[in-house]
Amino acid sequence: MSMTPLDTAADGTVVLTHLGKHFPGAPLPAVTDVSLNIGSGEFVCIVGASGCGKSTVLRMVAGFEQATDGAAQVSGRDVSGPGPDRGVVFQDYGLFPWLTVTENIAYGPRQARLAKADVQDRTSRALESVGLTRVARSFPHQLSGGMQQRVAIARVLANRPAVMLMDEPFGALDALTRSGMQQELRRTHHEAGVTILFVTHSIEEAVFLADRVVVMAGGSSHGNSGHVREVVPITLGQDRDPASGEFNEIKRYINGLVHAGNAVPV
Amino acid sequence: MTTPVPTTSARTAGDVASAPATAPPSGGASTRGAASRQPSTASRSGKGRAWLLAIPVPIAILILWTLGVQGEWILPFGIKMAFLPTPMDVGARLWDFAFGGIMNDAFSGTLWAHLWASTLRVLQGFGLATALAVPLGVVMGRSKTVFRMLEPTINLIRPIPVTAWAPLTLLIIGFGDRSTVFLVFLAAFFPLLLNTITGVQQVPERLLEASSMLGTPASQALYKVVLPAAIPSIVSGMRVALGLAWVILVVGETVGITTGLGAAITQAQEQSRTDLIIAGMIVIGLAGFAADRLLTLAVRLVVGRRPLAT
Repeated sequence: MSMTPLDTAADGTVVLTHLGKHFPGAPLPAVTDVSLNIGSGEFVCIVGASGCGKSTVLRMVAGFEQATDGAAQVSGRDVSGPGPDRGVVFQDYGLFPWLTVTENIAYGPRQARLAKADVQDRTSRALESVGLTRVARSFPHQLSGGMQQRVAIARVLANRPAVMLMDEPFGALDALTRSGMQQELRRTHHEAGVTILFVTHSIEEAVFLADRVVVMAGGSSHGNSGHVREVVPITLGQDRDPASGEFNEIKRYINGLVHAGNAVPV
Repeated sequence: MTTPVPTTSARTAGDVASAPATAPPSGGASTRGAASRQPSTASRSGKGRAWLLAIPVPIAILILWTLGVQGEWILPFGIKMAFLPTPMDVGARLWDFAFGGIMNDAFSGTLWAHLWASTLRVLQGFGLATALAVPLGVVMGRSKTVFRMLEPTINLIRPIPVTAWAPLTLLIIGFGDRSTVFLVFLAAFFPLLLNTITGVQQVPERLLEASSMLGTPASQALYKVVLPAAIPSIVSGMRVALGLAWVILVVGETVGITTGLGAAITQAQEQSRTDLIIAGMIVIGLAGFAADRLLTLAVRLVVGRRPLAT
């Protein structure tokens, strides 16, 4: 199954240059000086304590928040607002309650005015890829949290975005569902070849999923702005065993970065 | 936290994982199906019991009512039951009101004409209120400027009971249909407006974000997201408004109108015919009930099985 973006110009690179956000009325910028180059098809996780601005960074890439400093570029174009080339998966799913599972997934392709057959094709493929064909005619409120999040992921996949932006997508799920979803996401990422920027506060989740982990620190509770402390490449290969020694070594290292000396920006 | 996952080769794990990945949803679906079947059978027997439980009270009321009339009881508030007709009298009057053949007086067989006239007035007033209040509510819910311009004025006018409008209405519009329709309109307008505003204002920001990242331009968000999301609120506003429309109808039909259920019970009052008044009250109650059911049915026909709970 090929899920490469149709628009070849949308290569899915994400380039952040000195990105910052100062909310009106706040004494300090929420986020300052975030610079990052994400390659096409790369899986990058942002971790950090609450209030470090990791979600704000993601929302700026999504176009929900306007950057007040620097710039975000996706596939070589400046981000000026939300768009279907950047699919967002929210922690609280954000499904349309009046649409069935199928209709939720078909929403994007329909919005793109694709031919009916194409809409159907994309929708059924996306349904299949998240294993939801059996509940295609259900409404979101009839599904469990894990299934709703699968619908949300399928809805974004059906749009064939160049970049998937995921904001603590598994944060509301129980541990078992969560680990199942993490494995599915790795598979999806592999198959779809999509760039993923994934925000989480779980270091283990980040180490399990990412090619690189961006550690953010700071925030108003530390008296400074959220900023990038370090970018840690994860060199564990495709098969990752969270029980292994090297996995835990990286985890410990990142844990130290997240919690140590929060007061001084690096 | 992630639970430790023993992985084999990720690629084969990926391919194999598709089988277990599809299993939970299918299992979920079948349990859901079973779950939804079970309560329905349970509620069917529960419904039967509910009917059995509901029957004794009205029967007791009818018996006490009959005894009270025959025994000329005087109840609190000075209710003199001697002045009431018996349930049998009311039943006979109701039959005659609808089909004639028993009393054969001026009211015999006139129910349908009265009901039709009242229904038309309710439909006109309610329809007009819907046509104006829903669009206005959407605009007020979406635009802070318009909301701030209109909200204080509306909340000054709203607390005035519609019954208090009646005397003025009769003077400035005059006796007749238009006064009644105007009063019904007024009664239906505010609950519809307020429910629509609330429904539109409470559309989660998240849904607008979701639609925008899926490619919906801001100009289409109104009918793609805001309206569908606000429908449950608007529908509950319509139900409240329709109920109030029937309430106010009786007031609106008391003066200067000859055909209509409110007019009929006003005339019955002038002639001290309590059996007819009660028959009229019953018809108005049933009409309001039927109107609500028809509205609910019509809404269901339009939205299908989409959830209407907010």
